[in-house]
Amino acid sequence: MMLTYPNLIPVLPELFMAFMIVLILIVDAFTSESKKGINLVLTLLTLAGCFIIQKIIDRGVTQLTFNNMFILDGIATGTKMFTYLFSFVAVLYVKRYVCDKQMLKGEFYAIFLFAVLGMMVMISADNMLVLYVGLELLSLALYGLIALQRDSVKATESAMKFFILGALASGMLLFGISFIYGGTGGYLQLEYILKAMLSQNDTNGALLVFGLVFIVAGLVFKLGLVPFHMWVPDVYEGSPLAVTTIIGSLTKIAAVVFIIRFLIGGLVLLNPYWSIMLLLLALLSLFFGNIIAIAQTNIKRLLGYSTVSHMGFVALGLVTVNVDGVSATLFYIVTYSLTALAGFGVLTMLSRDGFECENLDDLKGLSKTNPVYAGLLLLVMFSMAGIPPLVGFYAKLKILAALVASGYIPAAVFAVVMSLIGAFYYIRVVKVMYFDEPVKEIVPADTCVFSRTILLVNGALLVIIGIFPTMVMMYCNQLITG
Amino acid sequence: MNYLLSLTIWTPIIFGLITLLINKNDCLARYFALLGSIIAFLFSLIVFFSFDSTATAMQFQEMWPWVGSLNINYHLGVDGISMPFVVLNNFITVLVILAGFKVIKHKVSLYNSMFLMMTGFISGSFCALDAILFYVFFEAMLIPMYLIIGVWGSSNRVYAAIKFFLYTLIGSLLMLVALIYLYFKSNGNFEILSYYKLPLSITAQTLIFIAFFMSFAVKVPMWPLHTWLPDAHPEAPTGGSMVLAAITLKIGGYGFLRFILPIVPDASRELAGLMVVLSLIAIVYIGLVAVVQKDMKKLVAYSSISHMGFVTLGCFLFANGTLNTWAVEGAITQMISHGFVSAAMFFCIGVMYDRVHSRNIADYGGVVNKMPVFAAFFMLFAMANSGLPGTSGFAGEFMVIMGAVETNFVAAILAGLTLILGAGYTLWMYKRVVFGDVVNSHVAEMDDVSKREFLILAILALAVIVMGVCPNIFVAKMHASVEQLLTQVTLSKI
Repeated sequence: MMLTYPNLIPVLPELFMAFMIVLILIVDAFTSESKKGINLVLTLLTLAGCFIIQKIIDRGVTQLTFNNMFILDGIATGTKMFTYLFSFVAVLYVKRYVCDKQMLKGEFYAIFLFAVLGMMVMISADNMLVLYVGLELLSLALYGLIALQRDSVKATESAMKFFILGALASGMLLFGISFIYGGTGGYLQLEYILKAMLSQNDTNGALLVFGLVFIVAGLVFKLGLVPFHMWVPDVYEGSPLAVTTIIGSLTKIAAVVFIIRFLIGGLVLLNPYWSIMLLLLALLSLFFGNIIAIAQTNIKRLLGYSTVSHMGFVALGLVTVNVDGVSATLFYIVTYSLTALAGFGVLTMLSRDGFECENLDDLKGLSKTNPVYAGLLLLVMFSMAGIPPLVGFYAKLKILAALVASGYIPAAVFAVVMSLIGAFYYIRVVKVMYFDEPVKEIVPADTCVFSRTILLVNGALLVIIGIFPTMVMMYCNQLITG
Repeated sequence: MNYLLSLTIWTPIIFGLITLLINKNDCLARYFALLGSIIAFLFSLIVFFSFDSTATAMQFQEMWPWVGSLNINYHLGVDGISMPFVVLNNFITVLVILAGFKVIKHKVSLYNSMFLMMTGFISGSFCALDAILFYVFFEAMLIPMYLIIGVWGSSNRVYAAIKFFLYTLIGSLLMLVALIYLYFKSNGNFEILSYYKLPLSITAQTLIFIAFFMSFAVKVPMWPLHTWLPDAHPEAPTGGSMVLAAITLKIGGYGFLRFILPIVPDASRELAGLMVVLSLIAIVYIGLVAVVQKDMKKLVAYSSISHMGFVTLGCFLFANGTLNTWAVEGAITQMISHGFVSAAMFFCIGVMYDRVHSRNIADYGGVVNKMPVFAAFFMLFAMANSGLPGTSGFAGEFMVIMGAVETNFVAAILAGLTLILGAGYTLWMYKRVVFGDVVNSHVAEMDDVSKREFLILAILALAVIVMGVCPNIFVAKMHASVEQLLTQVTLSKI
């Protein structure tokens, strides 16, 4: 039998990352406690290296490899680059925090890079099983990251919760995939599934729709739509802030691409069914996410529920099943990640050994004690509320425009009304920071100048992209249309 | 291409951003902000004097592609309706910055910076000819105003700030949906002027009317959406009240003229009766409410609502399907005049508040004995607020009542009541605060206006009298544009 080697060019970034993870693990074992800084340098180099390799291998055409199970198309390249970039920034935000909280012992960076690798696989998979493998790689790494703070009861609890519920959702996803496999006559490859559905005259419709229900349930669990959102606030709250930063911002891009691959890539012909499911779940998420967030006093939980409502917006973009809607979704998720990154970045930097900046009361009078951090958090909050000229406004505008264009006017009005309710708790955070008197002095950890500069740039980007959104919008559109 | 409008809008915003950085030296921040506001005012004066009052088209237009994928343009331009407001806005801001000179002692740079940025945003919304550009400026205004009320306001400021924010936001979000709808109706176009020619069914027009109405009626504010204003005013610092009453309310009235009337003329005709009734309720009922207020700022806030009732009344006096020129021009004149008078009233209250730290009428009495110069100025503004001929307050109200007499006599009579009510609540308050004997030790310790306060009062007094004696300065500029608007409203779009 002739053994043919697969074309390894498209997977070079993944290979490089895997190699570097192993290297970091080995280096870690041989470095003394005082020289752990080398791990950080290696991690940053890995992400930068991946970014460069990704740029070099980008030929502007779709490349397939591993029997077409791995795809490198426009959306994969683009979203991976965003993932590297945001991961790089996230590492800078959390590096001080993980040192202070004694989390470096368990190879934090190696596990983190495993999570990034999982996202990369999710983004680039063209086969349902590979998608699943990527998802599991990401999830397992996240369980590990959350539980890294071994003696924290909360963290362990939320890791368990995330693990059990995540396993359940993965099970549902697999169950659904098996039905699609049977219903299409034995295909897992997304394009073949599509072809099989095109050729057969809906004979297995019931079987496919049955499978679809489970797939959608599994997918929206990862996104955190109501009623599959229960884990979101608990995990956000229980995780150490460094990990919340990763879960709350980085993973979202991969999760959305994951859903686009499944629903738009493979199962697009079933869209009359999944559109209505997503629409309902999105409206429920907008409603419950925003309403419940009002009652939160823990800012991590608050942002958790806010995420639920934002994911509702994301799902609304997908409901339209057209280029405008999907590119609006992509724009939304990229800018949301950027915004969340800045938000969690501020909270992480305000925390120190023995102090987790997580209650609203901790932020009281922040504008007096730390005006720069307060200003950044103000931008984040107004951006999430969708107030122009911040970037969140254009993200919402694009989704609403796509909705109205597809005739979902009542849904658009509902989303708008819910944004209003959302605005209430966002401006309450601003109120706490600006109008209340400080209760205790928050002394932020002395993070290095470089990290702080990046945080400032991140905050400025919320305004700059908000005023000049064209470039990012066009880029997202280009990723979709190829 | 002409960059005058961009300069007017962006000068204060850029100065505001720089002021934000001068947080070590309060004195420098104040003077720097004042410089920025004066430069912006000078730019707006150039716009005023080089404005061609015979042309009906938009002037000083600027057009750049902005967000290509949604066909949003950076499109600016002014006509006779919007131009006076740009000038008014920049004029008031100079005074507001000056008014906060000695009074504001903490977070000085943030305070001045917020006002400068807000001026820029407000000028932007008056100049914007692209719907999304308008919306961006319109919403961006909320952020500085929210902070101004919340940070420098008095005891109940947090409640007031949040109420202000949410009220304004609900209206504008509905407007956003209407704009997106129009975008698709006009084949992917956010040009406000192109909506004027867009045919729309009566149902669509009515829904769009409601969406726009929610946004602008909250801003004006019209009864029954007015309840945020009496809460926001007393809690805001003097400067905040001045800007709020003098300018931001005017964006509501401007919205009626720029959006509602020309975009949905048929729905406007259908619903004109309702609008007239709401306006009359605002004029009469809110006027009565003002009489019984104990808090001076609340009193002026209610009087603002009552005066703004004239604006909405003037905008909806239809007869045989056409609007009345007197009424519409009166509405605009009333807005400009109210800009001067309400700013002056709030400043006067602020002057007293800085000395006694109370807004209650009952805490005052006999102020004239201690502050004769101030009392004279206050008298002038109180007279203007009650519509005395020769002051600016008279011109607008008179023109609207003229229009009402021609179209709807009952409305004219009811609206005419305001001249009595206005005199009633304003002069009664004036009497209780200023005349009589010195009532307590706080009043006894008051000293007369400083040079800075005198300057502000004198400038405002000059504006009020000039505008009252010769309203034609503004009316001549707006005449051609108003006629143009009236012809547009006459045409049916169904």
